[in-house]
Amino acid sequence: MLTMTGIGKSFFGVRVLSGVDLAVVPGEVHAIVGENGAGKSTLMKILAGVHAHDEGTIEIDGRRVSFGHPLDAQRAGVAIIYQEFNLLPERTVSENVFLGREPIRRGLVDRTAMDTATARLLAELGEASFGPRRLVKRLSVAQQQVVEIVKALSLDARIVVMDEPTAALAEHEVELLYRLVRRLQERGIAVLYISHRLREVFDLSDHVTVIKDGRLVTTVATEDVTSEDLVRLMVGRDLNGYFPPRSTSVGETRLQVTGGGNDRLHDIDLKLNAGEIVGIAGLQGSGRSELAKALFGADPFTRGEMTPVRPRSVREGIRAGVGLVTEDRKSEGLALRQSVRDNALLVTRAMGRGARRSGVRELLERVRLKPPREEQEVRYLSGGNQQKVVLAKWMTVAPKVLLFDEPTRGVDVGAKAAIHDLMRELAEDGVAIMMISSELPELIGMSDRIVVLREGRIAGTLPSGSAEEAIMSLAAGEVSS
Amino acid sequence: MSQNVLADSRARFAALVNPTSVVFLALAAVILVGWALVAVDGGQFLTMETVVGVQQRSAALGIVAVGQTLAILAGSLDLSVAYLISLASLVAAVTMAGQDSNIVLAVGAVMGVSALVGLVNGLMISKLRVHAFIATLGVSLIIKGILGDLYDGPAGRVPESFQHLGYDRLGPVPVSALLWAAVALVAWFLLRRTKYGYRVYAVGGDVEVARLSGIRTDRVIIITHVLCSLCAGIAGLLLASRLGAGAPTVGTDGGYDLESIAAVVLGGAALAGGRGGVAGTVGGVLLLAVLDSVFNQLEVNSFFKDVVRGVVIVVAVAVYARRTGLVGRRRT
Repeated sequence: MLTMTGIGKSFFGVRVLSGVDLAVVPGEVHAIVGENGAGKSTLMKILAGVHAHDEGTIEIDGRRVSFGHPLDAQRAGVAIIYQEFNLLPERTVSENVFLGREPIRRGLVDRTAMDTATARLLAELGEASFGPRRLVKRLSVAQQQVVEIVKALSLDARIVVMDEPTAALAEHEVELLYRLVRRLQERGIAVLYISHRLREVFDLSDHVTVIKDGRLVTTVATEDVTSEDLVRLMVGRDLNGYFPPRSTSVGETRLQVTGGGNDRLHDIDLKLNAGEIVGIAGLQGSGRSELAKALFGADPFTRGEMTPVRPRSVREGIRAGVGLVTEDRKSEGLALRQSVRDNALLVTRAMGRGARRSGVRELLERVRLKPPREEQEVRYLSGGNQQKVVLAKWMTVAPKVLLFDEPTRGVDVGAKAAIHDLMRELAEDGVAIMMISSELPELIGMSDRIVVLREGRIAGTLPSGSAEEAIMSLAAGEVSS
Repeated sequence: MSQNVLADSRARFAALVNPTSVVFLALAAVILVGWALVAVDGGQFLTMETVVGVQQRSAALGIVAVGQTLAILAGSLDLSVAYLISLASLVAAVTMAGQDSNIVLAVGAVMGVSALVGLVNGLMISKLRVHAFIATLGVSLIIKGILGDLYDGPAGRVPESFQHLGYDRLGPVPVSALLWAAVALVAWFLLRRTKYGYRVYAVGGDVEVARLSGIRTDRVIIITHVLCSLCAGIAGLLLASRLGAGAPTVGTDGGYDLESIAAVVLGGAALAGGRGGVAGTVGGVLLLAVLDSVFNQLEVNSFFKDVVRGVVIVVAVAVYARRTGLVGRRRT
C-alpha cells in the first residue's frame, strides 16, 4: 500500500537521510528502530508532509504522491501522531477531532453530529473512560493519545505513524496502547511504529526496519531476529576519531548523591570525583538532562542525600561549585544578543562576585576562542565557538563540578576536538566532570566510567572502553531470552 | 462505570469553578456587599436609578469589550479601539449635521471607517507579522494624529431623533443596554455555533495546531479585527448620541482601550487567547460598573476607586491562574 524508494534528505547541506526504502502493507505493524539521530523521525516527517524529500519517490496504492503540506498527506490517508500532541487543551474532545472540518447543517456547526461521530469512534476503540464533551486538558496523556487516534480514524487514515508513543505513558497505560494498535491493525490500517524500546518492537510488530546514520540497514520479519541482532544492527559501526588520553589519577569525591529522586528520577546513587569524566548514556526521555538539572539545582531532587549540599535552587547549586553546560545553548546557555564578554561574565555578575573585565581576554584564550573578540555578539559565532563561551562563563567561577549536556551537538569536528581537550584539561585541574551524550563513540572515547539511565533510574555502570552493544542493551532494556 | 460517574462529577465541579461562573459569583457578592454597605450608610442601593445607571454606564464599554473578546480569544488584542471610538463619534456627528435624513448615511460611514481600520489592523498583524500590541498602538497614534489635526474640540451635531438611542428606555431597560445585549448575542452565536467561532478558539489556542488542521489562520485574524473595530464603531455611535456631538477625546477619556481588555480578562479569558467567552466578558463589564456605582453612592474618593479596581483585576487573574495551573499542567 505504501512504498518509499530511495528517500534522501539534507538540511542546510548536512545529509540526514540517503537511499532509504520502506514498504508497508495494510494491517501490518511496522517498527522503525535506530539510535537517537539516526533519521527515523525525519523519514516519518517526510511521509507526513512536514518536510519535503530531496530524492526518491513515495507511492501510495501504486500512485506516486508528493506532499507539500501536512494536509496533502492527510488527504492521502496518512496520519501522524507526534510525541507532542497537536491538540487544543481548552476545547472538547469532539471539537479537537473535527478541528478545521466541523460538520455543517443549515449553515451552522452541527455539534450533535460531531459528538455522535466522536462517541462512535471512541466506542469502536473500546474507550469508555471519557466522552466527546470532555475538555482535552482534563484528560490524561494516555487519553489524549486516544483522541489523536480518533482524529486519525475520523480522517479515514489508512497509514498511522506513531512517534515514540510510549515515551510519555506510565507502565500500565502501555498495555492500553497495545490494544489500540491491535484494533487499528484489525481495521486494515498500517501502523508505522517508531520506538527505542525493543520490548515493544517484539510485542507488536510484524516487520522491523533498522536505520543507522540516515541509511537503511535492513528490513526483516520480527520473528526472524533476536534483540541482540537488532542492537548489533542499530549500533554496529567502527570506532574512529581521536580522543585525548584518559586521566591517570582519580582524586577526592566532589559530589555524591544517595537515593536521589524527584518526579522524573528514582533511586539515583552517583559519585563524581575530581579528575574523572563520567559519561551518562540513555535514550531520549530516560532522564539524562533531568539528572543534570537535579544535580545543578534547576529541577532539584526532592528525595535523597547529597554532599556537599542538595541544592534547592540554581543559586545554591552554583554556590556549591556546580556548573551546567546545557543541551540547548541558544535558549538556555547564552544571551544571544549580548557580547562575548557579557556572556562570559554572566554567572559572576549574577552571583555578585565582582566581575573583572580584564580577566576575560585571558579566559577566552584559555577556552581557545578564535578570534577572541570580546565585543562580538554571541549570535554571530559558530556553534563550537558559542560552546566555548558557555565554558568560559563557568570557568569565571572556578567550579568544582561541571555537568555537560550534549556538549558537542551541532559543533564542527575541529571545535569538537577542542572541547574534548578542554574537558580533559579541566579534569586534570581537579574538576569533576559529568558528560551526557547521545553519541556513543564520544561517550566511549571520553568517559572513565559510563552510567546508563533507563526510565529515570540507573540501569547500570560500565567501565571505560565498553562496547556500544553493551550500552545499548542496558539503555533499551533488552528482553532477556 | 463508577469511574465514569466520578469523572463526571469532577467535570461538573470543574464547571462550577470555571472563570465564567467565578465572575458572576463575584458579581453577586459585590452586589450584596454593596447593598449592605449602602444600607449602613443610610442609602438604598437597588433603586431604579442605580440599576438604570449601571446599565447605561456599562453599555458603551460592554460593546467595545465584546469586540475585544473576539480579538483576545484569537490570540490578538486591540489597543486602537479608544481612538477609533472618538473617530467614529466625529464621523457620525459631522455626517449627520443635525439632519434626520443623514442618519442612515452616517451609520454607514461609521461602519465603513471602522471596518477599514479593522482591516488595516488585521492585515498588519497577519500578513506583516507585526505584533498586535505594536500594530494597534501604531494605528492608534495615526488616528490620534488625524483627529488632532482636524478637530480641537467637539464637532458636528446629531439630530434629536438619534439621541433616543442614548437616553430612551423601555421600562427599566435603556435602549443602549438592549443594543449591547444584541451585540453580545451576535458574538456569542458566532463563537458557539459557526465555523468562524471554532476557528477563533483554534487560532488563539495554538496557531500551529490550527494551521496544521487546515485553518486559514490569517483570514481568521483579519475577520476578527474587522469585527472588533465594528464594535468600537457602534460604541462610538452610542457615545455620539449621548453627547449630541462628536468629540476627539470621548474614547480616550473613557479609557476604553485598557478598560475593555481589563473587562475581558476579568471575565476569565486568557490574554494569550483560546480560552474565555462573551458571557464572562459581560460579567466582567457589569462587575466593573457595579463597583463604580457602589463607590459613587458611598461618595468614595475617586483615586481610591481606581486602587480597588486595580486590586480586583489582579486578584481575579491570579485566581484564574491558580485554577488553570492545577489542571492545565502537561507537556513538560
